[in-house]
Amino acid sequence: MNRMPRLFLFVATLAAVPGQAVAAGMPQLRFNDHLVIGQVVWGAAIFIGFYLVLSRSALPKVERVLTNRRNRIQNDLDVARRAKAEADAASAELQKARHDAAAQARANVERIQNEARATAEAHAQAAAKRLEAEIAQAEERIAQSRNTALASLPDIATQTAQTVVGRLLGTDASTAQGTAISDAVARAQA
Amino acid sequence: MAAGSTIDALGQFELTPVLGTLGESLHFSQSPLFMLIAVVLVLSFLYIGMRPAAVVPGRLQAAAELGYDFVHDLAVSTIGEKGTAFFPFIFALFFFILTGNYLGLIPFCFTYTSHIAVTLALAVGVFLLSIVVALRHQGIGFFKHFLPAGVPIGLAPLIVPIEIISFLSRPISLSIRLFANMVAGHVLFEVFASFTIMLAGLGVVGQVIAIAPIVFNIALMALELLVGLLQAYVFAILTCIYLREAVEH
Repeated sequence: MNRMPRLFLFVATLAAVPGQAVAAGMPQLRFNDHLVIGQVVWGAAIFIGFYLVLSRSALPKVERVLTNRRNRIQNDLDVARRAKAEADAASAELQKARHDAAAQARANVERIQNEARATAEAHAQAAAKRLEAEIAQAEERIAQSRNTALASLPDIATQTAQTVVGRLLGTDASTAQGTAISDAVARAQA
Repeated sequence: MAAGSTIDALGQFELTPVLGTLGESLHFSQSPLFMLIAVVLVLSFLYIGMRPAAVVPGRLQAAAELGYDFVHDLAVSTIGEKGTAFFPFIFALFFFILTGNYLGLIPFCFTYTSHIAVTLALAVGVFLLSIVVALRHQGIGFFKHFLPAGVPIGLAPLIVPIEIISFLSRPISLSIRLFANMVAGHVLFEVFASFTIMLAGLGVVGQVIAIAPIVFNIALMALELLVGLLQAYVFAILTCIYLREAVEH
C-alpha cells in the first residue's frame, strides 16, 4: 500500500546521504562483527525462553480466565433459562387453576339457580294443589249448604204460607187448608 | 547524528556492547538487551493484566485479553483447528516483533527488528518449522507441491525449479520486508531530525523553516506506529499461512 513511496523515499534518502556514510555501509550487513551474530544467538535464546514462558504459563493463565468466564456466563444463562421455564410453568399452572375455578364457580351458580328454580316450582305446585283442594272443599260446602237450603225450602214455604194464610183468615189454618197449601207449594216448586 | 554538515543516518543501527567488558566477551549488545526488555514488557503486561482474573475485566486485563483473542483468532481462523497448537508460537512472534518495532520509536531505544540478522533468523525459524510440520503431516507427499496438480509433465523442468525458488524465497521476502520497513522509517526520522538541526544553524529564517521537518517527523511517527503494527501482523499472518499449507493437503 504505502511501500512504493516509502521505498522511493528510502532510496532517495540513501542517495542524498553524503558518500561517506554510504561508504561506511549499513552496520546490519557487517556479518563479521561478533555483535551482529551475537544478537542472533542471544535473540534465539531470548525468543525460545519467551515462547516457553508464554506457552507453559502466561497464555494458559489467560485461557483459564477466559474459560472460567465462558463457563460462568453459560451457567448463569442456564440458571436464568431454568428459572424462566419454572416461572412459565407456574404461570401456566396459575392460569389453569384460575380457569378451573371459574368453570367450577359457573357450574355452582348454575346448579344453585336450577335448585332454586326447582324449589320454587315445587312450592308453587304445592300451593296450587292446596288451593285447589281448598276450593274444592269450599265448593262442596257451598253445594251442601245449598242442598240443605233447597231441602228445607218447601217446609219454610208451607209454614210461611200457613202463617200468611192464618193472618189473612184470622184463624189457624186447618189441616185441610194446610194440606192444600203444601200441595200448592209443591206445585209451585214443580 | 548530524556530525557537521554530513548526516549519519545509519549510525543508529550500530551495535555496541553493553555491560562493559562482560558484554563484550559475551557479544551482548544493546540489541539483545532490548529484546529482553521487550520480552519482560510483554510478560509483565500479561501477568499484571491477568492478575485480577476478574469475570468483568478492568482496562489492563481487557487489553491483555484483547491481545490474546486477536492472535488466537488469527491463528485459528488462518491455520484451522490445528492452529491452536501453534498459537503460542504465533503469539510470541507477533508480540516479539510488535514490541521491538514500537520500542524503536521511543528515543534512545534500539530497534532490534531493524537488523536483517534478527529478522532473517526469525524468518528462517518460521521456514524450518513449516518444513518440519509439513514433513510430519504429509510425509514425502510434501514434495509433490513442487509440481502442482494438473501441470503437463513436459512443463515440469520449468515449473519445478520455479516452485522451489518461490518456496525458498519465503524467508528472504519475510525477513527483508520487516527489516526494510524498519530501516526506512528510522533513516527518515534521522534525516529529517538532522535537517531540523542543520536549518536551525542558519539563523532566524532557518529556525522558522526548521519547523517543517519536525512537523514531517510527527506525521512520520503516526505512520511508523501503523507500519510497526502492520509489519508485525504481516509477519504473523504469513507465518500462519505457511503453517496452514504445512498442515493441510
